[in-house]
Amino acid sequence: MAFKKLINFKTLSAILASIFLFASTVIAQDAGATTTPATDDAANATMWTGVGYYVLLFLLVAVIVGIVGKIFRVYDLTSQIQGKKGMNWNNIMGVCFIVFLIAGSYGAYWSFVEQGSHILPAAASIHGVKLDNMFMVTFGITVIVFFLTQIALFGFSYLYRGSDKRKAYFYPHNNTIEKIWTVIPAIVLTILVITGFFTWSEITNTTDAKGEPASINIDVTGHQFAWEIRYPGKDGKLGVKNYRLVTGLNKLGVNFQDKNSFDDLIADTLVLPVNKSVRLNILAQDVIHSVYMPHFRVQLNAVPGLPTFFKFTPTITTAEMRTKLDNATFEYLLYCNKICGGGHYNMKKVVRVVSEAEYQDWLSKQKPYLNDQLRKELKMADNGQTKGIVQNRLALNN
Amino acid sequence: MSTLAVHDHDVAHHNDHDEHHHQDTFLTKYIFSQDHKMIAKQFLITGITMAVIAMILSVLFRIQLAYPDKAFPLLETLLGRFAPQGRLDPNFYLSLVTIHGTIMVFFVLTAGLSGTFSNLLIPLQLGARDMASPFLNMLSYWFFFTASVIMLGSFFVTKGPASAGWTIYPPLSALPKAMPGSGEGMTLWLISMVLFVASSLMGGINYVSTVLNMRTKGMDLWKMPLTIWAFFLTAILGVLAFPVLVAGVVLLIFDRSFGTSFYLSEIVVNGQIMPYEGGSPILFQHLFWFLGHPEVYIVIMPALGISSEIISTNSRKPIFGYHAMVYSLIGITVLSFIVWGHHMFVTGMNPFLGGVFMITTLIIAVPSAVKTFNYLATLWRGNIRFTPAMLFAIGLVSFFISGGLTGIFLGNAALDINLHDTYFVVAHFHLVMGSAAIFGMLAGVYHWFPKMFGRLMDEKLGYLHFWLTFIGAYLVFFPMHFMGLDGVPRRYYAFTEFESMKQWLSVNVFITWAAIMSAVAQLAFLFNFFYSIFFGKKTTQNPWNSNTLEWTAPIEHFHGNWPGEIPTVYRWPYDYSKPGHHEDFIPQTVPFSQTMSSNLPHDFEDNETGLEALAQWHKANPVKEEVK
Repeated sequence: MAFKKLINFKTLSAILASIFLFASTVIAQDAGATTTPATDDAANATMWTGVGYYVLLFLLVAVIVGIVGKIFRVYDLTSQIQGKKGMNWNNIMGVCFIVFLIAGSYGAYWSFVEQGSHILPAAASIHGVKLDNMFMVTFGITVIVFFLTQIALFGFSYLYRGSDKRKAYFYPHNNTIEKIWTVIPAIVLTILVITGFFTWSEITNTTDAKGEPASINIDVTGHQFAWEIRYPGKDGKLGVKNYRLVTGLNKLGVNFQDKNSFDDLIADTLVLPVNKSVRLNILAQDVIHSVYMPHFRVQLNAVPGLPTFFKFTPTITTAEMRTKLDNATFEYLLYCNKICGGGHYNMKKVVRVVSEAEYQDWLSKQKPYLNDQLRKELKMADNGQTKGIVQNRLALNN
Repeated sequence: MSTLAVHDHDVAHHNDHDEHHHQDTFLTKYIFSQDHKMIAKQFLITGITMAVIAMILSVLFRIQLAYPDKAFPLLETLLGRFAPQGRLDPNFYLSLVTIHGTIMVFFVLTAGLSGTFSNLLIPLQLGARDMASPFLNMLSYWFFFTASVIMLGSFFVTKGPASAGWTIYPPLSALPKAMPGSGEGMTLWLISMVLFVASSLMGGINYVSTVLNMRTKGMDLWKMPLTIWAFFLTAILGVLAFPVLVAGVVLLIFDRSFGTSFYLSEIVVNGQIMPYEGGSPILFQHLFWFLGHPEVYIVIMPALGISSEIISTNSRKPIFGYHAMVYSLIGITVLSFIVWGHHMFVTGMNPFLGGVFMITTLIIAVPSAVKTFNYLATLWRGNIRFTPAMLFAIGLVSFFISGGLTGIFLGNAALDINLHDTYFVVAHFHLVMGSAAIFGMLAGVYHWFPKMFGRLMDEKLGYLHFWLTFIGAYLVFFPMHFMGLDGVPRRYYAFTEFESMKQWLSVNVFITWAAIMSAVAQLAFLFNFFYSIFFGKKTTQNPWNSNTLEWTAPIEHFHGNWPGEIPTVYRWPYDYSKPGHHEDFIPQTVPFSQTMSSNLPHDFEDNETGLEALAQWHKANPVKEEVK
């Protein structure tokens, strides 16, 4: 269904675009055919004919606009000569506003239905469902206000379009009305603020409650332009890190003087068990990134020097979502949502939500962070460690 | 001619002053002018030039978004190394986005809007001969001009202009290794912004002191047009907020060039451990948005002021709830200082702080709503003249509603989690502060063009310009909401890397063509503007039958604005269609004694003798007209 709609929309926009594009694609095809064997000059020539074509098209439109303008002028003058009134632009503009109101309302409705069907599916996390509800309430309120005010704006513009026969109604103020429309938005906004405030506090209050099983701790570290994922081992605890320990092999700078770090795991995919609370520790190494997982309604910036975390509970497995969306290749994604450099647009990580059994199975197959190569490196470094750090500092201060 | 008139009427001590201006050379009249009207025109034309440049930049990146896989040899010819093989370089794409935003927000909608209309209208609508300090005013323009040149100059450095987004968050902007644009390009950006802020401070101080000290006789604060109120409050906002940006920028310069760590901590770039320790990138965001949020009101308030004036004049009706309009402007001014945190809900800032900022943010929606309702009430039962200025003012209200409502989503910290930095935000602010403010500016240009150049702009071309731009802007920004709701992030070079985003490629093509249409429509404006300066129809002194003081000044310009004495003001500026008066407007300079038939008890609130005189007059002239 959705795809059919997409095609509809494609054809619609294509019709619009093709008005401008039609001949240029012909030229482009010609260019494509000729450039492969031809020299730069020929390519240049076709390029400039393309440009020339657009310039001519523009000039043509400008001339047409000029001619239409002149026709209006002539019509106006002749009717004035005949003693009739000229064109009444006040009426024309008033009607234009009504036409815009009707066409615009339909366009907005069409957008809500067509493009609205392409937005994110229902939230796949516990707090996300609350957010979706709140979104719908806010949407309901704003969309009513939107249509009412726009109808009033364009409707009044049409109804009270100027005429020499009328005089406007002198109405400088009315304190009662003003009080009403100050208080009503204030009340509505207060309700939204209060519900928003409590939902926000609930989402961000991320300490594990007493008696609740501890959340799964996972480190997500952003750097240009990828994410590194570290799982705790059997102890459920992640080893501490220090950015000064970063090397080619120890990419995250894990400190192996901390025993918790020995069984840490490194993973390619963020795999999460369904219906288990997950605590993502969000870190960045170089610039600010942002962990964004729209399906779970999760977003938090990854700031170098300022570790943050987000706690949430996924509720729908990837497999369930695939059947729900009727899309066999669907994957949850984690991607960067804070400008971080040239590769910002391609910084994704696949997120997979699986059953508890699958999760344990997957976890057992993951490689330890502390691999043999890293062990070797650490042993070598151990000998001259203190000296090395001092030298390092000196070098950095230069 | 007109200066002679000054000699005839003016008191003796003004003579020296006027003599001085007889020797106007080209240099002192058109370049280093100290006349507020000329400075206003300088700001306007520089602002328009910058707007056109920023618009072209936006068309470039729109083409990239619509056709991410297609090569355009022309781009390589025009941009050289920034578009190898006819495709934009990803880093240069970010530069385009950054410079587009910077120019539009600061150079067009701050300097171009406030600079033009505050300079033009504050002295003219208040009845002053010039600004409090004409010299500072001239400096303000030339600092702005230098800042513009440096900003554009950054396109000519090897690694390209700044590209960390217009908000230039460190560490991205602080580490030249993080991206090419954070090299010399960023240095130039920072220098340019420091000059810009200096310019804007000089302007702002001037506006505030002029409004407070140089009003003509009878012009008390509650008789000022809403334009002046808006410019006045905007200037206060600017004077208080811009220095904080300079503080932030200077610390960033320190981090970049002198090895300090104000914003930097625990950084490893490309495997290299950096020595910075103990700073906080969030600190910069606090400093930036402490300016940045008032900045959006610096952008929108003058536009609201201008549209208040235009809507009232062209509806032939007093603005509804003048006092409420002023109080809501004051409310916005005060509240705008305590809402900056709503840009930072998901930065990792303390969540409790986020909750507080959410409350203040949604409170600021109340005065904005009041303003909207008052505009609608002003249109109600008016006698609306659709001049191009009026069309743009109505368009502004429409955008202000559409964009303002989505602010209720984004101001809610909880909803912001999923909407932050997506196209939803792009749609929101382009409607509410981008399109709305530029419409305010265009409305102002159409309305006060006769005052600036003594000629009228062509109305029909104005209509064409309005409809193409109005429809185009909605076509561009409305679909973006849905992209945002699908979780498409802003500042992405291409949507091709994500399967889920590919469904929006066709929408991107549509948006790009709508943007190109709107961009082409601006040629109608540019032609109209420049043609009318030289060949437009000559204007009459008060072409819109307006009440405000600027239309009592003679058409031809001279330094000093009015020959002879400055007119005295007797009434508020919105006596349109007052019952009992033979015309549908009563200029501010007409005393109540001349309009006995239309006076209302309300006009004499704190004036008992006036009230008595009115009562006596009513006794002497029993009501005839009102009865029928």
